[in-house]
Amino acid sequence: MEEKRHTSSHYERELQEVKEGLLYLGALTEKAIEQAMGSLLERDSALARRVIAEDERIDTLDMELEERCIKLLALRQPAARDLRFITTAIKINGHLERIGDMAVNIAQKAIALNDEPQLKPYIDLPRMAEITRGMIQKSLDALVRDDCALANEVRQEENTVDCLNDQIFRELLTFMMEDPRTIHRALLIMQISKNLERIADHAKGVADMVIYMVTGHSVRHQYPECPDRNA
Amino acid sequence: MVNQEDRIIIRTENVNFYYGEFQALTDVSMAFETNRVTALIGPSGCGKSTLLRLLNRMNDLIDGCRVEGRILFEGRNIYEPDVDPVEVRRRIGMVFQKPNPFPKSIFNNITYGPRLAGVSGKADLEALVERSLRQAVLWDEVKDILGQSAMMLSGGQQQRLCIARALAMKPDILLMDEPTSALDPISTAKIEELIEELKKTYTIIIVTHNMQQAARVSDFTGFFYLGKMIEFNVTEKIFTKPDMKQTEDYITGRFG
Repeated sequence: MEEKRHTSSHYERELQEVKEGLLYLGALTEKAIEQAMGSLLERDSALARRVIAEDERIDTLDMELEERCIKLLALRQPAARDLRFITTAIKINGHLERIGDMAVNIAQKAIALNDEPQLKPYIDLPRMAEITRGMIQKSLDALVRDDCALANEVRQEENTVDCLNDQIFRELLTFMMEDPRTIHRALLIMQISKNLERIADHAKGVADMVIYMVTGHSVRHQYPECPDRNA
Repeated sequence: MVNQEDRIIIRTENVNFYYGEFQALTDVSMAFETNRVTALIGPSGCGKSTLLRLLNRMNDLIDGCRVEGRILFEGRNIYEPDVDPVEVRRRIGMVFQKPNPFPKSIFNNITYGPRLAGVSGKADLEALVERSLRQAVLWDEVKDILGQSAMMLSGGQQQRLCIARALAMKPDILLMDEPTSALDPISTAKIEELIEELKKTYTIIIVTHNMQQAARVSDFTGFFYLGKMIEFNVTEKIFTKPDMKQTEDYITGRFG
């Protein structure tokens, strides 16, 4: 359905700027994940340090966006879809900022791992990273297009990431049981996997908020069925 | 159904209303719950004030107007020929946009209506004045100057005096037509606080252009557009996720 424009063009623009800010923040976090994973796969600690340094931009943008939203709440007293959008924006903003922090965690673990010989070829981790990056992208596309179906896709994918995380955990467990000298590296890899799994949780959080924004119903703390989740 | 059937004090059934040839309301059916605040919102000319005035037959005073449908107050159609409009207006009081005290003393403003209705006796009238002014949260401010002219009160005090005057008739329903649009924010806040208090005793129906006010004070909200009731819902629902696109457009300021 075509959206009517707001009577106040200033207000319309301010709302649009919040949306654009979120998309930009989303792009920064995707890049942070890509580079953090790149620093692991390419054993490039300089790149990892860049990710850590650039998190400051994400933090600054997070605070700016939050301030804008609070200003809109105070000055415009938004209602209905505008109110749902702004409250959603505040929460999505928080999710994205946390994703930035997780990318930093991954970069830090990568630096530690790069100091030692590689334990094993990385196969599932890049897959996980790819899925989680896609989830962030899709959840923000869903935001722009008011697309609940797409948001639901993201919510489903969170299961896949959880399953991959479990699988990595089991695999690393066997490494550690066979050779205790691998424990340090295995734990670091596990933490990277855990961080990716947490990123997927946050991406699902973004998707949950999109569904709230569009429908007015909260689906937070509701999880789509995953048959092999406890396998 | 938004309302609880057993709590309904007044309802309109398929009401059409015409000013001469012009149809101001089209097929309005809605119900108002007792001891609740219902807000009517919508752009200018949407028919919300017309509906409010229909509820206590204030439109009778306008030439060439015509009502179709029924307005049932406690089950009885107030437009039946044998219904006394004065009695209707006693039980369904009204407060207007601009404070309109009589150019009389504060005391006499309150007692004017009850005296006409046959209340006499100094003690009874004094008790009534105190009770009404207390209910309108004006007593403490005016108790020592009851003999002075109502015209010397501030706008906010005058409006509360008008509310007290309406309450003195012991109505069941209080209709308020933009009661704070001529008041400053502090006086507005006092009236809103008062509405919260009054709904324990009275049923309140309020027309307001201030949507935040509707959101703050009302339990139910009806949105009107071009003489039709577009949506009637619990206020919280109207302001967070209304069912109708037109309502959403209006309350978010995407209109016209």
